[in-house]
Amino acid sequence: MDEILRAEHIVKIYDNGVMANKDINFAAQKGEIHAICGENGAGKSTFMKMLYGIEQPSEGAIYVKGKEVHLTSSAKAIECSIGMVHQHFMLVPSLTVAENVVLGVEPQKGIRFDKKEAVRITEEIAEKYNLPVPTNEKVEDISVGMKQRVEIIKALLKGAEILILDEPTTVLTPQETDELFEELKHLRDEGHTILFISHKLYEVKKLCDRVSIMKNGRMVATENISDVTETDISRLMVGRDVVEVIEKTKADPKETVLKVENITCKNSVGRKVLDKVSMRVRSGEIFGVAGVEGNGQHEVLEAIASMCHVESGSISLYDKDITNQSIRKIRDMGITHIPEDRMVHGTAKKFSIMNNILAGRHRAKKFTGKVLLNERAIAEEAEYLIKEYRVKCSGKNQEIGMLSGGNIQKVVVAREFSQDPKVILVDQPSRGIDIGAATFIREKLVQLRDEGKAIILNSADLNEVLGLSDSLAVFYNGKIAAYFEDTSLLTEEELGLYMLGVKKMDTAEIERRMYA
Amino acid sequence: MDNIFDLIFSVPFMFSVLRLTTPILLATLSSVISERAGVGNITMEGTMLISAFVGVVVSAWTGSAWIGFLLAVLAGGATGYLLSYIIFKMEVNEILAGLSINLIGSGGTVFLLYALTGVRGISSSLSSKVMPAVDIPMVKDIPVIGEVVSGQNVVTYLAFISAFVIWFLLFRTKLGLRIRAVGENPDAAKSVGISVFRTKSIALVIAGVLSGMGGAYMSMGYVSWFVKNITAGRGWIGIAAAAMSGQHPILGMLSALLFGIADSVSNTLQTINLPSQLVLMIPYVVTLIAMCLYAWYALKKKQNEKASKA
Repeated sequence: MDEILRAEHIVKIYDNGVMANKDINFAAQKGEIHAICGENGAGKSTFMKMLYGIEQPSEGAIYVKGKEVHLTSSAKAIECSIGMVHQHFMLVPSLTVAENVVLGVEPQKGIRFDKKEAVRITEEIAEKYNLPVPTNEKVEDISVGMKQRVEIIKALLKGAEILILDEPTTVLTPQETDELFEELKHLRDEGHTILFISHKLYEVKKLCDRVSIMKNGRMVATENISDVTETDISRLMVGRDVVEVIEKTKADPKETVLKVENITCKNSVGRKVLDKVSMRVRSGEIFGVAGVEGNGQHEVLEAIASMCHVESGSISLYDKDITNQSIRKIRDMGITHIPEDRMVHGTAKKFSIMNNILAGRHRAKKFTGKVLLNERAIAEEAEYLIKEYRVKCSGKNQEIGMLSGGNIQKVVVAREFSQDPKVILVDQPSRGIDIGAATFIREKLVQLRDEGKAIILNSADLNEVLGLSDSLAVFYNGKIAAYFEDTSLLTEEELGLYMLGVKKMDTAEIERRMYA
Repeated sequence: MDNIFDLIFSVPFMFSVLRLTTPILLATLSSVISERAGVGNITMEGTMLISAFVGVVVSAWTGSAWIGFLLAVLAGGATGYLLSYIIFKMEVNEILAGLSINLIGSGGTVFLLYALTGVRGISSSLSSKVMPAVDIPMVKDIPVIGEVVSGQNVVTYLAFISAFVIWFLLFRTKLGLRIRAVGENPDAAKSVGISVFRTKSIALVIAGVLSGMGGAYMSMGYVSWFVKNITAGRGWIGIAAAAMSGQHPILGMLSALLFGIADSVSNTLQTINLPSQLVLMIPYVVTLIAMCLYAWYALKKKQNEKASKA
């Protein structure tokens, strides 16, 4: 087989100093389906963006058919016969399928756009590769699977021989997925090369010829699919480079504080993101939730925080039903929340540190005078928290957007921890912040646990979720796939198998462990 | 009462409907093409004022109505390009950019007029030219229709032809396809190598040309002078008409006609004994009612769609 694509010593350092790809070597053969697997943040997307010209490598070289290419834009990548099907479709809803397909290379007849020719071209490709599409229907009226097919035809029309598909099955039904796989195999047999990005291992196993695995920005292995098992791939994907020890004593959990019973939630397009999830969290424990992104561990925190609608089931705090209550009421009852994205839900960027600390507590007796806010009490509180949480800033009136990520997070944490909560929801507490701030926040969490708070922690950082949690629920496909009452006995390999859906506990066992 | 109906269903009335629709129609088309390109362009009023002013000054200076008209239209196109440069290259919010162009239009023209003529607010001291009226052969001999349709200002014909030209451009040409693609999903357009800035700029220049024609018509056809705020809100009414049509050039022509009729009713009724304040209100009241109806209709449609999806 001929080699069609080669990447040598690719390094990518973003402007903010994050090193997303570290010395990547990769090669794909003509006529193969090559899977690229990796956890969230392993660097898959960055690598693909460089192959499609959206980002440029800081170091290294890319070769197509043996010739070095400089992919400075998507147009350049298309020229080099590389095509990409994005996770979010790049289609114009009100245009027809044929119009979308020819966009950018429109056929013309005199000054008119030649619609008939557009339809003919589309049908020709559709027939050649056995990808039937309704050429004259508007894209807004066709199904998701069909839209994906249109994207593939679009890429093929532009001469793509290497086709990158970014997690294509996440939006598809099982039937559509099967159809897609047939289509992709057909394309492979026609001599096309397909790069299939996924973390669904059974799909990789079913579809692909070879698999490359990325971890922490490095390419750790490339194997023939027949030589590896799902377990092998999972072992290569999950695992820490350096095991950081987070110091803490053994937990001493007391009474149940929060009960979640059979809750189901849907996202905006009607897909079930939580499917009959039940769990209970006790005071004095850190209850970890782990999973590959999009499997429900983030959504369960949002459901408890009332940031998304619970379709069925119930959530209760000390046996009081709080399902679908207003966020204000839930906060007043003693549930606080460190949200996943501190810039979207955690802070108001243009506000001062003081006002961000006040946010949500502006009705508290402590801070309100008869008519106006009690400025002095607010200032005192802000100054106290800045000192207590060691926020590096020029003063309480500084705009919060001017601070570093770690210091912004400290302000959020200070606000949420200081209102004497009963339950603390913590979503990605140390994402993108410096080690100093992360350690500080982790120590605070352990301290609060020892004071008897119930803490639920979601983190994509395995060190954090394994090291900090006392007990741990693993989410897969909107359900709890496993529960470990003592994380100190859990290895990361074991965790990986559950996160990737290779292994699964049955409901009875989960219940037995959780309520033992 | 009979008197009123006699006035309204008369040939002069119908004739004036077309005359009054002209500037509104051009502003409508300008808004339609901007919105299709995904730009919230509010500069119709300001651009029309600039072009109305340029038309008067240049035609007085050169003694040629056509050169005046041409430069007025070019000034409109240039204003459109300026807007796209401010929005996309200098990254200013489109409403703020539009607002500043409108202020330049309203303040700058009065200032320059004073600087040039020493008279405040009106250009009567300039001997500016007017675009010719055109008799259409054959058509002009048809009773009633001939009297209404023939003998209008040449710009009026250009305006109605423009509606069809813009329709053809948007829905039958490559450029139109790209303008619509860029307006709806710029990322999709970009991903297939279409320059979003270029496409949007072209759309805004065309929008400026259309507004420019409307402005030139005001000072070189509708009347024969430039006066402070000569457009009297017609640019804004054009935006309303475009929104009502769902950003469609042909439907936009119909909604512009509706506003033309309202304008014409208001003009006609001034000749009889009604309080002028009430009568002058008519076009604006119609705008309000039309927008309310449109909003209500759009809401209903949305609800129905939701209901049918669930």
